[in-house]
Amino acid sequence: MAKYILKRFIYMIVTVFIIATLTFFLMNLLPGSPFNEERTTNEAVQKNLEAHYHLDEPLVVQYVLYLKSIVTLDFGPSIKQPTETVNSLLGRGFPISAELGIWTILIALISGVALGVFAALKHNGVIDYIAMTIAVLGISIPNFVLATLLIQQLAVNLGVLPAATWSSPQHMVLPIVALATGPMAIIARLTRSSMLETLTQDYIKTARAKGLSPAKIIVKHALKNALMPVVTILGTLLAGVLTGTFVIEKIFAIPGMGKYFVEGINQRDYPVIMGTTVFYSAFLVLMLFLVDIAYGILDPRIKLHKEGGK
Amino acid sequence: MEKILDIRDLHVSFKTFGGEVQAVRGVNLELYRGETLAIVGESGCGKSVTANSIMRLIPTPPGEIKDGSILFKGQDMTQLSDKEVRKIRGVDISMIFQDPMTALNPTLTVGDQLTEGLRQHRTISRKEADKQAIEMLTLVGIPNPVERMKQYPHEFSGGMRQRIVIAMALICDPELLIADEPTTALDVTIQAQILQLFQKIQKQTGVSIILITHDLGVVAKIADRIAVMYAGKVIETGTRKEIFYTPQHPYTKGLLHSVPRMDQKGEKLIPIDGTPPDLFSPPEGCPFAARCPMAMEVCTKVYPFHSELSRTHEVDCWLQDERAKKYMASTY
Repeated sequence: MAKYILKRFIYMIVTVFIIATLTFFLMNLLPGSPFNEERTTNEAVQKNLEAHYHLDEPLVVQYVLYLKSIVTLDFGPSIKQPTETVNSLLGRGFPISAELGIWTILIALISGVALGVFAALKHNGVIDYIAMTIAVLGISIPNFVLATLLIQQLAVNLGVLPAATWSSPQHMVLPIVALATGPMAIIARLTRSSMLETLTQDYIKTARAKGLSPAKIIVKHALKNALMPVVTILGTLLAGVLTGTFVIEKIFAIPGMGKYFVEGINQRDYPVIMGTTVFYSAFLVLMLFLVDIAYGILDPRIKLHKEGGK
Repeated sequence: MEKILDIRDLHVSFKTFGGEVQAVRGVNLELYRGETLAIVGESGCGKSVTANSIMRLIPTPPGEIKDGSILFKGQDMTQLSDKEVRKIRGVDISMIFQDPMTALNPTLTVGDQLTEGLRQHRTISRKEADKQAIEMLTLVGIPNPVERMKQYPHEFSGGMRQRIVIAMALICDPELLIADEPTTALDVTIQAQILQLFQKIQKQTGVSIILITHDLGVVAKIADRIAVMYAGKVIETGTRKEIFYTPQHPYTKGLLHSVPRMDQKGEKLIPIDGTPPDLFSPPEGCPFAARCPMAMEVCTKVYPFHSELSRTHEVDCWLQDERAKKYMASTY
């Protein structure tokens, strides 16, 4: 097992390195620079600024400097917000995005799986149709539309929940609902189809022939097998939601890290782009690794490590 | 001999988009304590549906027991509530399914799957349940049962898995064991071993067995009595000797002709021409009439009467009628 983890860890580093390299060169292919604005600056000042951020050096030197910043985990100061370092931006934004993300995933997972299981058990019944209608709506309504609707109805018209910002549990309700609906719908549909398939398996019939109660058959025999596809998409969903979602954070004025992704690119704020990208990809790779570990726990047929001879 | 199971006029149908499939159309069967009854017939003749009905394992909907009764030790299985049925499943009646590769849950250890029935139905400690499971594994011939308990199904071969399925079915000491094609998915050499295992278990525990198969070789080896099914009906029943040596129904004869024989060299196998009738709209008369070389006009119009040739040998065929016999005697 230790050997497997070490091997996976090396792969993860290689993956992040490739992503970082691609991002660096793609970023430099973008026309423009941080100091390229309508407002004309003094040429000497511009030169000095470029020298300060090493932007006047050859690309290779910049690349090496940048790799150094990844290895030391210090991405330096933001060009556009000179009082902030990239690390401090991430350090402030990520916990908030992560809090929003964890609640979102928990709620999406629990309600999605429950919805999927009930729909599968009442296959082609009323509950199934209702659940799948909710799921289709959840997938097809973009979360920014849902967010705006929620704010208008619940915050403005009824006034039961605060419309924006991130300070108390009440403030968290609307953004979490808006963000969780999509993943919940995806999970519900996946769970339903995979549960339907599992319920026709012979071992479910064996379990019934043993005289087990329906609840025990579903929880112990069916669910564990049916959740495999859900686990598969969970890694990607987790990384996506935990590291911030630009639109939802913008709508609800949540100071998460989502906005740095977009603003960094728009402003050609090179250190911010690189910092957020490397952070995101490292996080994604880590989540995928955790998913692989979870596979092994859920399904013993998936061997993570080879024991000689078997 | 005590009658342990008595199926009377059982009708089972499945609702589909194309209409209602009458899979079982008035089956009568009885089983005595300690005997092995084989139900034979080709695919789709209703043998598995009959077996699943006994344990109420027909998926409802789309399936439904339309009519008839299944008396197990005097109580009618068709009238019990789901909860009452669950108390019988796995305890008094157990079932073994065709494919051991899929009948075990791949994500649970063999030990867990073996003991869960015990722990469901008996108040028993985990340790005691494990002990009984290990004894069971030893009985069905699995070496190193203690270590094997902790392993998962994919670590076993097909034959070994079928032994585990058998151990699982027997662990609560049932009175009736229903085996639905238990050897079909196995290699021929393993088939023989599993059949020997059935015989050994029956000797030790006195369990009654219903064996569903389309393999007459298997039947010849272990069945006491045989019921031949065709298109949802039992068309002939008899002891093993009666069915193999003096078959009466043309379908039974056809079945026996289509089995390769070791003692008659060079003889061609004679297949039964045609296909079984459509069970969406089964024929009024004898369902075999369209394929029967001996068919008479009456066969296509009226379902044949039930005749008892001996205390054990019963057949549904118009050829048993005196007039048909007389006619046959005069022409041949």
